[in-house]
Amino acid sequence: MEIPYTVTNRPDTGIYNAKLGIWLFLASEVMLFGGLFSAYVLLRVGAAPGDWPHGWLNVTLGTINTLLLAMSAITTLLAWAACKVRDFTKFKIFHACTIVLALTFLGIKSYEYHDKLIHYEIQLTNGKIADGHMVAESKDFDLAKKIGSVTIEGHIVEDRREIIDLRSPEARAAKHEEITIAATDIKKMGNYGPAHNTFTAIYFTLTGLHALHILGGTLVIFYLWGPGSRMWKTDPERFTNRIEVSGLFWHFVDLVWIFLFPVLYLT
Amino acid sequence: MQANVQQFPPFREPAAGHGHDDHGHHEHHEPGFFTKYIFSTDHKVIGIQYGIMALSFMLFGFFLMLLMRWQIAHPGVPVPVFGPLLEKILGAPAAGGAISPDLYNSFGAMHGTIMVFLGVVPLAFAAFGNYVTPLMIGAPDMAFPRLNMASFHAFFLGGVVMLVSFFIPGGAAQAGWTSYSPLATTIPTHGQAFWLVGMVLLITSSLLGAVNFIATIIQLRTPGMTWMRMPFFVWAQFVTAFILLLAFPPLEAAGILQLMDNLVHTSFFLPTGLAVGGQIANVSGGGSPLLWQHLFWFLGHPEVYVLILPAMGIVAEVIANNTRKPLWGYKSLVYAVLFVGFLSFIVWAHHMYMTGMGQKIATFFQATTMIISIPSVIILTCMFLSLWGGSIRINTPMLFALGFLPMFGIGGLTGLPLGLAAADLYLHDTYYIIAHFHYVVAPGTIFALFAGVYFWFPKMTGRKMSEFWGRVHFWCSFTFMNIVFMPMFAQGIKGMLRRMSDGAVNYSAARVPNAIDALPGSVMQLNGWILWAAIGLGISQIPFIINLFWSISHGEKVKNDNPWDATTLDWQTPTPPPHGNFTHEPIVVRGPYEYSQPGHGTDFTPQDETETGAPAPKTATAHH
Repeated sequence: MEIPYTVTNRPDTGIYNAKLGIWLFLASEVMLFGGLFSAYVLLRVGAAPGDWPHGWLNVTLGTINTLLLAMSAITTLLAWAACKVRDFTKFKIFHACTIVLALTFLGIKSYEYHDKLIHYEIQLTNGKIADGHMVAESKDFDLAKKIGSVTIEGHIVEDRREIIDLRSPEARAAKHEEITIAATDIKKMGNYGPAHNTFTAIYFTLTGLHALHILGGTLVIFYLWGPGSRMWKTDPERFTNRIEVSGLFWHFVDLVWIFLFPVLYLT
Repeated sequence: MQANVQQFPPFREPAAGHGHDDHGHHEHHEPGFFTKYIFSTDHKVIGIQYGIMALSFMLFGFFLMLLMRWQIAHPGVPVPVFGPLLEKILGAPAAGGAISPDLYNSFGAMHGTIMVFLGVVPLAFAAFGNYVTPLMIGAPDMAFPRLNMASFHAFFLGGVVMLVSFFIPGGAAQAGWTSYSPLATTIPTHGQAFWLVGMVLLITSSLLGAVNFIATIIQLRTPGMTWMRMPFFVWAQFVTAFILLLAFPPLEAAGILQLMDNLVHTSFFLPTGLAVGGQIANVSGGGSPLLWQHLFWFLGHPEVYVLILPAMGIVAEVIANNTRKPLWGYKSLVYAVLFVGFLSFIVWAHHMYMTGMGQKIATFFQATTMIISIPSVIILTCMFLSLWGGSIRINTPMLFALGFLPMFGIGGLTGLPLGLAAADLYLHDTYYIIAHFHYVVAPGTIFALFAGVYFWFPKMTGRKMSEFWGRVHFWCSFTFMNIVFMPMFAQGIKGMLRRMSDGAVNYSAARVPNAIDALPGSVMQLNGWILWAAIGLGISQIPFIINLFWSISHGEKVKNDNPWDATTLDWQTPTPPPHGNFTHEPIVVRGPYEYSQPGHGTDFTPQDETETGAPAPKTATAHH
């Protein structure tokens, strides 16, 4: 028993099964990310005036990542085209580029995550706020028992608004230096992780889910580039279809980033 | 007639280069037990796997409900017979064999979740859809057999996660099947996290299923099976698959956000200034509880149609077969079901009239809700009119299908006051709602599912289920269902609220004699009746369960492959259908319901039968 139209197109629909399957899957992905983007919109419109952060993310790194994904989209397409003209060597080269670009993207993304996770906002007992990246904690530091101290690379501000909107030249000009704060002076401290506020929450959720998609796509492409490419010898037509289908998924993941970048980094 | 058949390349292409390893089909040797029953890629085995799991979950969900009904009728009194067992398994929440309010809440949440996501949807969509759809369109299997297997395994895991959550400290989820935030985040149990992980697995399962169903119906229709020759059942499954494909992901998004709230302590659904137990909660705030409700009901309402459309498909097949005449208004049915599928995406906020979302929005959703009742009524009307002038054969499947019609009618019509914002403000969250949607789903959908079980059982096993015990099952279930749910309309109109673990004793005239509109004794008394009717309903299922298993080996053998004299392709296969389904490639030359055609020898004309009376010519060999 063979299932029809696994490789060739069905004449009246003009499509083979897997290609239809991936388009349907992408439709559901649109609804998934659509739901999360709607959540972003509602949270942002519902935020109290002056509460929504601006300029918290590194636009340079974001731009580099955008370009990396854009280039990976091109190499994916070229890899498929190479399969179509039956040039296996070129396929290998182009998809090797795709994998390297994807891994670089993930590397930069993890650096950005790490940067947020070591960034602390510390509410002091005198009402001021210390804000900066963690340099060191003293060995005996224990916030609950009020012993020890922390050292951060940052600055102390009077008003929380100064660290919410970082778009202004004054905010950018703020001088950062090493500050050591005793635990007895700390009322509350927390890093810029997901629990910090709704912006970091939606930032980590959206980009995290997107990064998982990148990771999944990379694994599939790596499989097709490595062990899965043996199919080239037995059934190149079917293999080319696999490259096309995985490429469609990859383009979708790139497209999601094209929406994420302006929404999170540029506004 | 032959001229109408579209010309296709040979149905089963020669294995051009790609070997069997891509499908996992090895017909040359007999597969082992695990390959055959656990890791099967055959759509019929997967359908039966889904069916058995779903029926078991439905029975389990029913037992949860029985325990809750006992608590409602006799608040705080230890549960007879099962009480000690409950205490042994669950410990403190069931101390002394009585159900604590917390335990009642988790039973309530899990009853809803299990019945909807682990019972009815898997049975109606995954089980019947898997078994019957490829047969009806003349396909050898689903388009993606291994995805199909993965879908069942994700479903199984999701079910396991849900069941395990009963035994963790604090117990299963307690925030209702709707899991409204911030309640779902502030209840001190990880049951909610288990619920969310279970839901993500179930959503994955139905997503894979939906992709597979749509691709199968679009790509694998046999030559001649044009869109308007597809049985209505296939249309219903097609629309259902689209609803699952597009409505479930936003709930998955919501589930991810709530999981973040519960585990990483974000504040997606937690507002600024949230107080828990009189204390300001240690959360960053800024979130929106309404956001959860929007995302939940964006799935939640289409989900209602996921529950009802496959049931309507089953009823249509059974009615056409047993009235021995074509379905009345086949085209209207098709367009109506497509319209329902589309509209079901823009009615969700009629569940939220009480949230203060604003009158203009309420008006919009009120209008769409009234409009969606039109195609639903068209479908029901077509089915009623199909009965007109038919020489009706009464058998067990037909009894259940006939029972479905008025029961779904009651469920649908009592929904109208709930769709109107003004009336809903009063009826919201009362037993009226419970009665309304249970009439749609319990004596509605579940009766249709029973009809389907009795109807396709001979195809699955080659034997019929006992007709006598089938009728006993129908009449007892029909009677007790109505005694259970009809009084709830009265209770709800009198103002009895749902989700109360003491059966509203605290609002009864006996407890607060001077209160305005306290619940009179006559309303409270109904709790006792409902309990006994529910127990009767449980006992009525015993004949069904015994009949189901006994008939596999002892039922009356069918005389041929088409015991109901049906026209659709699912009956033109060997019994039970082998891996690959058809012995020859079926070529469809006519519509799905050509019963009692004048001048034809028998009163049914199968879809693949040519004018000469023989099956359409074979163009390719099916089996090697």
